[in-house]
Amino acid sequence: MAIRERLSGNEAVAYAIKQINPDVMPAFPITPSTEIPQYVATYIANGEIDTEFIHVESEHSAMSATLGASAAGARALTATSSCGLALMWEELYVAASDRLPIVLALVNRALTGPININADHSDSMGARDAGWIQIYAESNQEVYDNFLQAFPIAEHKDVHLPVMICQDGFITSHGVENILLVEDDKAKEFVGEYEPEHFLLNSKEPMAVGPYAVSNYYMETKKAQREAMQNAKKVILEMAEKFEKMTGRKYGFFEEYRMEDAEYAIVIIGSAAGTCKAAVDKIRETTGKKVGLVKIRVFRPFPEEELAAVLKNMKAVAVMDRSEMFSATSGPLGAEVRAAMYQAKADTEVVCYFYGLGGRDITVEDFEQVYDNLEEMAKTHEVKGMYDYIGLREK
Amino acid sequence: MEKEYQFKEIMSKPERLAPGHRMCAGCGGTVTVRAVLRALHEEDKAVIGNATGCLEVSTFMYPYTAYEDSYIHNAFENAGATLSGVETAYRVLKKKGKITDNYKFITFGGDGGTYDIGLQSLSGAMERGHDMVYVCYDNGAYMNTGTQRSSATPQFADTTTTPAGKVSAGKIQIRKDLAAIMAEHHIPYVAQTTFNANFRDIHEKAEKAIYTPGAAFLNVLSPCPRGWGYDASDLMKICKLATDTCYWPMFEVVEGKWKLTYEPRKKKPIEEFLRPQKRFAHLFKPGNEELIEQFQKEVDRRWEELCNKCN
Repeated sequence: MAIRERLSGNEAVAYAIKQINPDVMPAFPITPSTEIPQYVATYIANGEIDTEFIHVESEHSAMSATLGASAAGARALTATSSCGLALMWEELYVAASDRLPIVLALVNRALTGPININADHSDSMGARDAGWIQIYAESNQEVYDNFLQAFPIAEHKDVHLPVMICQDGFITSHGVENILLVEDDKAKEFVGEYEPEHFLLNSKEPMAVGPYAVSNYYMETKKAQREAMQNAKKVILEMAEKFEKMTGRKYGFFEEYRMEDAEYAIVIIGSAAGTCKAAVDKIRETTGKKVGLVKIRVFRPFPEEELAAVLKNMKAVAVMDRSEMFSATSGPLGAEVRAAMYQAKADTEVVCYFYGLGGRDITVEDFEQVYDNLEEMAKTHEVKGMYDYIGLREK
Repeated sequence: MEKEYQFKEIMSKPERLAPGHRMCAGCGGTVTVRAVLRALHEEDKAVIGNATGCLEVSTFMYPYTAYEDSYIHNAFENAGATLSGVETAYRVLKKKGKITDNYKFITFGGDGGTYDIGLQSLSGAMERGHDMVYVCYDNGAYMNTGTQRSSATPQFADTTTTPAGKVSAGKIQIRKDLAAIMAEHHIPYVAQTTFNANFRDIHEKAEKAIYTPGAAFLNVLSPCPRGWGYDASDLMKICKLATDTCYWPMFEVVEGKWKLTYEPRKKKPIEEFLRPQKRFAHLFKPGNEELIEQFQKEVDRRWEELCNKCN
């Protein structure tokens, strides 16, 4: 029987870490992810896990030490947010090109400028090209479930890539929700024992990691990373299926909410999907309008074809980004979805909006307005307010 | 050490940095690496770390590695943190019974990767007390990118970012004393050395550093023929002059106790160290005598300070 609990998102991730009992966790505190290493340190202090904690002096060193531990043959992970991830930037690329199955618990928070501690996706979206698998969550339950699936995906022989498990700062990281936890023995069996094939501490075969690769070789390493990312699609679905068998909870690249007969759809990532679902229910109940939602779970690898297949028959689609990229055309999710729709030769109006930057609240009414806008666009075939900010202060 | 140093025996140990790498002739860096690795007991395995720099790009060019041991390069500023991850993994995996062999952990960084961009990562690794040795092969500038000044560059050195010119006498500032900074971390073993005579000093210090439990730091003067402007065959001569002028004192700090390991019979004037190097050529132009005097004063001041610590 699953264990019924009430946990915050950070507690849920820490609990998953406890069940996984990884070998090494270097981490440096940063709001709102700080609690994760705190909980892990407490498990260690009470002898509940065998993990070695490395009290690094920065996030750059956190990822560097995680990388060293992983290359050595240990199951290694870290946690961070915002500027912490930014400080790791260089290392994110190294970890991916070294093909190390590292897991990073990312608690999404706005990047500084001005400093802000609340949720947006500017940290992980900035790292979207680093070669990491990125899996996002709407709720505490989802981030827990995603975390248990992370190592099996990362360590799969066809993948060997680092995985970032993302959740929204404070909204899920500190918000307490009811949650179903997997029993310890089942969780351990699902994650399995880590048996690296090539590692520094393999006494039978010394290994060198991190070469200088001139132009004769560099491009092939990128090709290999790309193949691994393509393979990850299959493996992510396999792990989701295995997880569903264990828990009954179903996961894919994205969740379709009331999309069966939908004509208007919003595409969104993370916790705001919950508010959007409430708007969908309300609109359908009060007006009968056929509105739906697609919530992205896996952003890297990007499920382009699968997503376009769902969206191409909509009358209009709004893609909502919780991070700016200052292209003056769209946000990162907007750009990807529009490219997917073009590739699928879809004749659908697509509008890109921004919302929730630096933790700005988004309401059911905001989403209702978005669906109204979509209806209008479908009628006029005119996309209005492209890359508008939703919920901006009037004055 | 328990056993008397035997030059021939030590020099005939199998090399753990294989020939065929692409480092320059007359480079002190590779001599440092070979000397340090020679102190590893043959039965022990090792993981060698490396900050980005000449050594890394010349010894591990895909698909060839010059290291007989496992080796990891990560980036420029994080050799300390990277190896601390490896060392921690070793402790966990050993405890879990997944590894039975004995491993030692040694990482190399140039002065750029150690004194400057990697100082924070190094400080963190030393403070946490990982059982590892950080070896700085100090050639006194960013040589890999073409001799730009570092905080290890001596005053008045002509570098590509502190060029001697009509109104410039080279680097303005005096060099950072990294060994002292490391000693202030109160780690079990810190030493400064170079290769002179029969390599006994560096060998014994490397062995102590590797086999003292906990964090250890070695600062090794490793001249660079291109950056310093000396003839490749003069490497040993330059090192000897560095120690005999007391520009580069050799000492160790064992559990906080400072000890000189070499005192020249007669301290030579600093000109003898400066003259054979092109990077100081401008100091010997008429009218610059005062600069050499200033250099001498700084050497004297530091030597006196060090002697006081060692008494």
